[in-house]
Amino acid sequence: MTDLLTPAFATALLAGAITAGVPLLLAGLGEQMSQKAGVLNIGLEGMMLAGAYAAFVAAHGAGPWAGFAAGMLAGMAVAAVMAVMSVRFGLNQIVTGIALLLGVEGVTAILHHLKFATTYPRLSPVASWPLPGLAELPVAGPALFDRPAIVYGAIALVAAMAWIYRRTYFGLALQAAGERPSALDAAGGDVVRTRAAAVLAAGACAGLGGAFMSVVAAGIFVPFMTNGAGFIAIVLAMLARGRPLMVLCGALLFGACLSAATALQVAGVDAPVDIVQMLPFAAVLLVLALFGQGGALPAALGEAWRRGDPLGK
Amino acid sequence: MIVGPAAGHFLRVVAGPLLAALALTAIVLLLLGVDPAAYFRQVVQRGLLSPSGLQAAITRTAPLLFIAASLILAFRAGIWNLGGDGQYLLGAVVAAALAAPLAQALPLWLAWLACFAAAAAIGAAWSVLPAWLRAFRGVNEVVSSLMMSFLGLSLANVLIKFVFQDPGTTVPQTVTLPVADRLPRLLGGALPTGVLLGLLAVLMVHWVMTRTAFGTRLRIVGLNARAAAHAGLDVPGLTLAVFALSAGLAGLAGAVDVLGVQGNVRADWNPAYGLMVVPLVFLARFNGFGAIVFVFAFSVLSVGGESAARRLGVPNYVTLMIVAILLAGLAAGEVLDQRAARRRDAARAAGGEAAR
Amino acid sequence: MSAAPFVSLEGLTRSFAGVRALDGVDVAFHAGEVHVLLGENGAGKSTLAAILAGVQQPDAGTVRIDGTLRSLSSPREAMARGIGVVFQHPRFVPSLSLADNVALGGGPWWRRPLPAEIARRMREAERRIGATAPLDPLAKAGSLSQGELQRAQIVRALMRDSRLLVLDEPTSMLTPEEAADLVALMRRLADDPDRPMAIVFVTHKLDEALDCGDRITVLRRGRKAGELRPGADMPREAARRALLAMMFSGAAALAPRPSTGVLPDAGREILRIEGLVAPPLDGIYLSVRAGEIVGVAGIDGNGQRELAEALAGQRAMVAGDIRLDGLPLGPLGVAARFRRGLRYASDDRLGEGAVGALPIALNLLLKRIGAAPFWRRGVARRVAMDAHARAMIAAFDIRAPGPHTLAAHLSGGNLQKVILARELETGARAIVFAKPTHGLDIVSAAACRERIRAAARSGLAVLLISTDLDEIVELADRVVVMSRGRIVARVAGGEGAREAVGRAISRGERRAEAQA
Repeated sequence: MTDLLTPAFATALLAGAITAGVPLLLAGLGEQMSQKAGVLNIGLEGMMLAGAYAAFVAAHGAGPWAGFAAGMLAGMAVAAVMAVMSVRFGLNQIVTGIALLLGVEGVTAILHHLKFATTYPRLSPVASWPLPGLAELPVAGPALFDRPAIVYGAIALVAAMAWIYRRTYFGLALQAAGERPSALDAAGGDVVRTRAAAVLAAGACAGLGGAFMSVVAAGIFVPFMTNGAGFIAIVLAMLARGRPLMVLCGALLFGACLSAATALQVAGVDAPVDIVQMLPFAAVLLVLALFGQGGALPAALGEAWRRGDPLGK
Repeated sequence: MIVGPAAGHFLRVVAGPLLAALALTAIVLLLLGVDPAAYFRQVVQRGLLSPSGLQAAITRTAPLLFIAASLILAFRAGIWNLGGDGQYLLGAVVAAALAAPLAQALPLWLAWLACFAAAAAIGAAWSVLPAWLRAFRGVNEVVSSLMMSFLGLSLANVLIKFVFQDPGTTVPQTVTLPVADRLPRLLGGALPTGVLLGLLAVLMVHWVMTRTAFGTRLRIVGLNARAAAHAGLDVPGLTLAVFALSAGLAGLAGAVDVLGVQGNVRADWNPAYGLMVVPLVFLARFNGFGAIVFVFAFSVLSVGGESAARRLGVPNYVTLMIVAILLAGLAAGEVLDQRAARRRDAARAAGGEAAR
Repeated sequence: MSAAPFVSLEGLTRSFAGVRALDGVDVAFHAGEVHVLLGENGAGKSTLAAILAGVQQPDAGTVRIDGTLRSLSSPREAMARGIGVVFQHPRFVPSLSLADNVALGGGPWWRRPLPAEIARRMREAERRIGATAPLDPLAKAGSLSQGELQRAQIVRALMRDSRLLVLDEPTSMLTPEEAADLVALMRRLADDPDRPMAIVFVTHKLDEALDCGDRITVLRRGRKAGELRPGADMPREAARRALLAMMFSGAAALAPRPSTGVLPDAGREILRIEGLVAPPLDGIYLSVRAGEIVGVAGIDGNGQRELAEALAGQRAMVAGDIRLDGLPLGPLGVAARFRRGLRYASDDRLGEGAVGALPIALNLLLKRIGAAPFWRRGVARRVAMDAHARAMIAAFDIRAPGPHTLAAHLSGGNLQKVILARELETGARAIVFAKPTHGLDIVSAAACRERIRAAARSGLAVLLISTDLDEIVELADRVVVMSRGRIVARVAGGEGAREAVGRAISRGERRAEAQA
């Protein structure tokens, strides 16, 4: 077991946690905003997948920054459909989300098949921005401070989200839209616009998360490559009780578990991937079983809103 | 008024969206460089009109019908059991592991029965935690059942690779059930037993939910939990029962698929029927008969789509996209219909006043 | 005050599911005037208020503000045009602080003032209304009383520079003293020499209208029945008679008929509650005899609902004893208590009393699912169910197309009849009515009161929970007053009961405030 205490293993684990955790973090932050506003965005996985594909195509042609922008736009495009169907027209959020996910899975797989099925191009690694001084630290240096700029951006987004929730009218409106939309409406706010904005923001974040997966982490697009990451992000958002920092912690924890198998291989231990992959889910369920309580979620989560509803929710 | 309200309703809710969705699909196919007419001809030909294609489409409905039954039960009771995929796969693995040895030791019918029971039990067991959390701790079941599903998918792989792996092969998969020991096909081969059982399951669930006291209690809980408490119903107990039954049916879906068609389960195999059937059941408005129609239509589309994909050189995923477009179209139709109904109400109100 | 009106409505019409809630109403609101909209439940007052608030849109008719044609398409629009609304059920986010709630919906999305700044502006507005006890800006809205939430709504309207303030049934949740304070506040806002406001005061209470209205518009069944300016030249009695005639077209003036205050020949005790503790209930002692109606008065939210739920078995009891016909109910659940004859007609009719998406036939059997003869071995017998439903529809005069009509499609009055039919059916011994006529139109309310009397006459023990003092005094033989989970006064029915109960409620409120 002494093998596990080597710096190489620690670096691999930490670096892997970041690489696997950043997409979860980005998508989770987006989903958190959407849930705050009362929209359970089950289509998050689809938004990530759309982002991953669009980013790959754009990065292939015009470099990583174009890729990130394209990923965000693609995620927002899917989110726009979600906003129209479930926010504007009040269709069931869960069913709309699932339908969107299926559609995006189909479309991205087809497009990938048509464009890249024979070539399977790979992207060159994205240049990292070493932070002067910090990057030279042992273990933490290469894992944390010698990464592409988008990693730092994702972590800065945590602070930005916290600022939005605490310091802006929009943050206030989000909470009201999720807790009691009729109160927001009566106060002169716009429930539909607030919720739609939250869903679009979720799409942008998830698209960026998907872009990170294809452009930075993998360097390649594979159909269905998000492989449940969107659902994990939804869970992270639900467990974070509205606090962006909690999403960061959860994303790193899940990221570490997801990458532990690779890290163990670096250390020369051949652990079964499937058992390692069960760890984060088991951990979350354990947390739920021990500490889980209802009432932490917004009261109107998942409910369509229409002005003048007799129940006045 | 050129069309009556009933015809208008049909146009808006079914025919219109269907045609619009097909037109949109055709445009997408054109963009992909595929002749839409040839594609649709192939789908209908190979999925519905050719005997072997129809056969395949019917056979494919078996697990989907069980999952539809599982979801109708849960959704009508207001429970979002989204853990169907995990429950299905665990049921499949357990049935596959037990089938071959039991078929040696027991009469065939008893072996099948034992496999069904075991699959239903593992499915139900996999729902205990989300059910308990929802019933007694008020934890949203969407998340907990999804988590259990992911956990179940991994566990199924672990079981296949380390516990039930066929020693006779290096491929990570369970021992294959000989074709002779699988569920028979009835009516001269036209009707697989699994499909018959699936139909029975859906109809049974439909009957229980609409005609029995138990189903009525579940519906009350699903429609208005506060009214259920006011009426003295045991809401937590009913929640546990719904989860167990729904997950048990999902487990049965796995068993039927393995005993009837697959014969074994390979590692990392996940057909993800659960999420696919959710929108179908929803569009059928949790009605058993409607769900049967939608499930069959989906089977035809996917079988025909696979064939068309091979023939025309488009990827198989076109089916996924068509289903999504159809769903969106039908949902949009419902929105339009609701709006029309509201306008009609308003017009009737005004007309009624004028007449008075 | 002959100047041009601030807001004028012309030909306002609005229908709901075939019923005209408003039908060609013309009315104008002037700055400096307290304008009362008077009418029974269902007369269209609340619809008119909702249109002013931008919550509902008229089917026909025009809204002019300062003479310009405007459409109030949303609350935001109404607010921007200077219309502030005090809703009957305050729409605040319970988990947010008062300051956050007041700030909600204002300003550009990013520029949110600090709580201290909002608090300062709140204090400013409170000075304008002359509030003596300032609101705590940091308190969570969910922890405030109805009166405080109401004041917060007024404060918010003032902070948004409203020029017209609509108050929808603002006194229904207040003690008589608080109501008097509110009337003074309205006067003060209307008479403000710098910024005289237009006040629209919606009520169904005639005396309130006479006490403070500069102008009274009476609505009846969606139409304007008349307008009155009670000035010094008009004796109060004459004005009163004129308004009554407008409200009820003379014929159906239902003067409350106070109960005699004499106990009906003292039937034997049916329901006995001793030392009931079930938070927030804190030691309730009460006994109800056969044929007796005991009223439970008090401001909403002082434990009345919890008392009803504890009796029905929906709420766990920490200590105490509840007996029905001398037998302890102890740990029995809802269904068992229902079978024993203890019934509860909830006021939250579609929230818990009935399932809107189920037909009348099933709602009538909601508390007996699976019972013979409607189910045999767990399987429904539709013929028996439908026959039962038809019998009930006839017996309780439920206006519906048939047994399969969905509960959600019934009017409030008919839905209440379904619930009463279910609760009063065979075997009832004691029944709790929670705010039975709340939200019903006058005909349905009268029918409902008659049912309550008939239930008592037939020998049931009746517990009548209501916030409507007139109703309690009209029906009850005895009245108990609840405050903070306790019974703080017991008053005999009959002459003088109204005043005695009103005083007891005010006393309870003051004591509760002193404790807090």
